[in-house]
Amino acid sequence: MSATASEKEILNGDEIRRAITRIAHEIAERNEGVQQVLLVGIRRRGVPLASRIAAVLSNVEGVQVPVGELDITLYRDDLTLRATVPLVRTTRIDTDVTDRVVILVDDVLYTGRTVRAALDALVDLGRPARIQLAVLVDRGHRELPIRADFVGKNVPTSRDEVVEVRLSEVDAGEDRVLIAHSTR
Amino acid sequence: MTLPEPIRPTRRHVLDLDDFTRHEIETLLDTAVGMKEILSREIAQVPTLRGVSVVNMFYEDSTRTRISFELAAKALSANVVNFAARGSSVEKGESLLDTMRTLQALGADILVLRHSYAGTAHLLAQHFRGAIINAGDGSHAHPTQALLDLFTLRDKLGTLERRHIVIVGDILHSRVARSNLWGLTAMGAHVTLCAPPTLLGNEQFWLDTWPDLRIVYSLDAALQDADAVIVLRLQRERQEAGLLPSLREYAQFFALSQARLQAALTGMLVLHPGPLNEGVEIAPDVAVSAQSVIEEQVTNGVAVRMALLYHLALHLRQKGA
Repeated sequence: MSATASEKEILNGDEIRRAITRIAHEIAERNEGVQQVLLVGIRRRGVPLASRIAAVLSNVEGVQVPVGELDITLYRDDLTLRATVPLVRTTRIDTDVTDRVVILVDDVLYTGRTVRAALDALVDLGRPARIQLAVLVDRGHRELPIRADFVGKNVPTSRDEVVEVRLSEVDAGEDRVLIAHSTR
Repeated sequence: MTLPEPIRPTRRHVLDLDDFTRHEIETLLDTAVGMKEILSREIAQVPTLRGVSVVNMFYEDSTRTRISFELAAKALSANVVNFAARGSSVEKGESLLDTMRTLQALGADILVLRHSYAGTAHLLAQHFRGAIINAGDGSHAHPTQALLDLFTLRDKLGTLERRHIVIVGDILHSRVARSNLWGLTAMGAHVTLCAPPTLLGNEQFWLDTWPDLRIVYSLDAALQDADAVIVLRLQRERQEAGLLPSLREYAQFFALSQARLQAALTGMLVLHPGPLNEGVEIAPDVAVSAQSVIEEQVTNGVAVRMALLYHLALHLRQKGA
């Protein structure tokens, strides 16, 4: 998914930072503190976002909120529709999810199918008290009855556009969110 | 954002490791890391392979390999059927190919074959519409054992690149040794074979097939700089066939004893594909020592087989789609 001439920046580094800070505050407010909160990032870009939210919460609330990493590959509903077999990565959640308020974190909310898979993966690990969803970008076009509890930015898109989130932890260069026309 | 090709798209069967690239092995081992995490859960099951049918066709006795494949398939929610030659139509004279066609007509997607004749898995692969996994064919190949050895070694040593691995024992008759040689050399390890000449066979054959191989006839010398040693099972029939003067003499020169373990590098890993002949190829206290990873090999075997089933089953389904 290379950048094209029609690509447009919808969030820059500062805006991403502010969005994450606001989401962190909203999480603390909604849950009356963060004592029971466990942040779970959906691989890959949900993981650094979850860590950044945890860092803000540690500053603001003085609590080290645990962060886990969730791989949803084995729960996908499109495994047989894809051209190649997707790589399986490792789920790492060291805190028991049972009775926790689990905040699922992902970069982009689109069809909702990734979140559906994540919900299935999560409940196989235990019985959380509540599950909430935080995303950096909500681009619409849901195919399942799923909505986010915390949204960095709502971005109206068309289906032939691609939303690309770049985070310094996993991508070379600066933090930014781009929108581009699909090259395919 | 484009991920590397996970596994060769043309791979339908796993018959040996001779046609695996390093990248393909690494991909499988990486997948197995994720699978091992699943096995550590309270509910060690994911829904990925629902509706896929796996048949274990075992024409030769096996405990760990068969149960390992069965648990691996179940952990991925596949349907598993165990077929044992004993008590089946094989006793009425049904041929291997006829049995395979029957299982195919019954809807089997993946056949896991263990057979005492070399080449049987390759034969089935020529005729079966689904995927074949070779779970050991005669003295020829045992790719899943080799993959679980590679997984265990990589997990413990960090990498296999330039690590010294010794394989000791009945190499001539060992499918484990052969598949491991393909896998270990593909991963960049330095391999030393150690056996009495009667259990090694033609030295030139080994060196022609794997030119970087080292062959050493003294176990003490072979172990000097070893990071790990894979001890092979000695089959007692070998002595009856006249290849060994006595089991006691074999143990004297080729068993991994406590004394040999102590003389080796600190932390040298001890592997064994099982089942053990304690007191013959390995001393009982060595098998349960801190350096022994024999139990972990068994656990890792389930994860590695899950990784294989995942790749093969999805590839089959995708082609059908």
